[in-house]
Amino acid sequence: MSKRIDVKDLNVYYSKFLAVEDVNINIDPKSVTAFIGPSGCGKSTFLRTLNRMHEVIPGARVEGEVLLDGDNLYGPGVDPVTVRSQIGMVFQRPNPFPTMSIRDNVLAGVKLNNHKISKGEADALVERSLRGANLWNEVKDRLAKPGSGLSGGQQQRLCIARAIAVEPQVILMDEPCSALDPISTLAIEDLINDLKDQYTVVIVTHNMQQAARVSDKTAFFNIAGTGKPGKLIEYGETHTIFSNPSVKATEDYVSGRFG
Amino acid sequence: MTSTLTPVRKRSALTKGQLPKAAPYIVLALALIIGAAILALIGFNAFGWGIVAAILFTVGLVGWSAAVEGSRKAKDKLATCLVVGAFLIALLPLISVIWTVLVKGLPGLLDPGFLGTSMNGVTGAFDNKSVEQGAPVMGGIYHALVGTVQITLLATVISVPVGLLTAIYLVEYGEDRALSRAITFFVDVMTGIPSIVAGLFAAAFFLAVVGPGTKTGAVAAVALSVLMIPVVVRSSEEMLKIVPNELREAAYALGVRKWRTILKVVIPTAISGIASGVTLAIARVIGETAPILVTAGFATTINNNVFGGWMASLPTFIYTQILNPTSPSNPGPSDQRAWGAALVLIILVMLLNLGARLVARIFAPKAGR
Repeated sequence: MSKRIDVKDLNVYYSKFLAVEDVNINIDPKSVTAFIGPSGCGKSTFLRTLNRMHEVIPGARVEGEVLLDGDNLYGPGVDPVTVRSQIGMVFQRPNPFPTMSIRDNVLAGVKLNNHKISKGEADALVERSLRGANLWNEVKDRLAKPGSGLSGGQQQRLCIARAIAVEPQVILMDEPCSALDPISTLAIEDLINDLKDQYTVVIVTHNMQQAARVSDKTAFFNIAGTGKPGKLIEYGETHTIFSNPSVKATEDYVSGRFG
Repeated sequence: MTSTLTPVRKRSALTKGQLPKAAPYIVLALALIIGAAILALIGFNAFGWGIVAAILFTVGLVGWSAAVEGSRKAKDKLATCLVVGAFLIALLPLISVIWTVLVKGLPGLLDPGFLGTSMNGVTGAFDNKSVEQGAPVMGGIYHALVGTVQITLLATVISVPVGLLTAIYLVEYGEDRALSRAITFFVDVMTGIPSIVAGLFAAAFFLAVVGPGTKTGAVAAVALSVLMIPVVVRSSEEMLKIVPNELREAAYALGVRKWRTILKVVIPTAISGIASGVTLAIARVIGETAPILVTAGFATTINNNVFGGWMASLPTFIYTQILNPTSPSNPGPSDQRAWGAALVLIILVMLLNLGARLVARIFAPKAGR
């Protein structure tokens, strides 16, 4: 259960402002793809167009096509809710629902949509998802406690468990480790490695070592200057991007000369 | 090197130039004594004594501090004196109101049957008898209590859905459209409507719809909801606004529809604030007199039907008892009943405020480990 994503000639706008210009990229199933680039270059904006979260912001829109196994996400009559249930997302800051227990947070995708689920199935889903997020052993004795009582790293893994509980095809991660300490970061990176066996994972990161550690392919985004649109500069195998990039700007960025 | 040299000092260098801890108390005692002496010369009264003592205390403490501690600390003391003084002045009317109502209202409240009987059949003759022969004061506020509870409850049932749904539209769907800006503007205007105008509106509305002579509890409830709706909209809007956008996005990213996100994530997160806002809105309208007088009239008998017949309420009961005493020659018992009703009203408002705090605590998102 994982699908490929192909993006064709995508332009992303905030009202009249062109934020990301002309992106073409092919993301393989069961792989980890990292987006790197300086702040404000449109990585996160582009990531949010991949599950139609971009349009939640008033005035935001896109032109072009995003194909999920050949089906255009932006085709006429496509329900963004269906898209989002197939392409899950983990955000920069852990955001468990404060009114729900750990167990209810994991089941949120099921319960909020009012799908009927028996207690046995729910228990199995909670355990499977929490095990999938490497959190089961830490929380199995306090599933009824509020999710907001966990540490930041645990909360982020709870959010990942919540995302995989709806069994998506693709998981998008928007700088999932930027608010976490190195040990929690390591736990998430291990988890991303495991998730790759079942899901297509796309991760935005500011940390180039992290991109080198976890990803199979890397895309480098850059911006010509403030007010100009961000662009996809180079996309390829991670080790090629980091050791032998073909574009000068990529080499400057990965070697730490700017950004 | 046989002994280590520890310099023995009586006071630390870091604490020199400070007033002793008892300084404010010493100055206060002196200010009270001198104040009493000054007042004794010009004729003693407690209010003047308090003012003079407060001024003497401020001048004395600030002056002493300036002499010993320097100007920075003296300014700090002056500011403290002014802030505490302002606080005491603000507190005076509140304490005075509570004290007056307690003293004047308790005899009425402790009267047997005060909470359980109505004014039905209580005539001036009974009041004259109780004043002249010392018989117990007859009559009570049961009918007014029933009216207040029913009218306020109905007003709440009308206002909360309208107000809450308006707030949801403004926060979740408004997106700064012309309609949402217009609603915000009119809600602001409604907040400033005088309560008697709301009463006249409700009376005129029912006159046009139902016919002349319609005075029932329901009309009063409509008048009160005109006053309540803007308060509910405003407070719910503020509460919905502070729900972090991240939670909405988290729900959307799980493939949850917008209306379900609002119903199951946004409102539960904000419910404690919304509930206490609603309770405070109730407390705000429960004491309204004018709109009820022109919409529900005033009854002396128990009326349990909010949709038919005149109805009493605590504020209108107080108003009529003071303005038209049951026995014009002996207004004492009427006064006592009015103050008793006032005490009950204040207790109700206090209970509502306590209830609001309780509700906020019960619904608040829990953080436990």
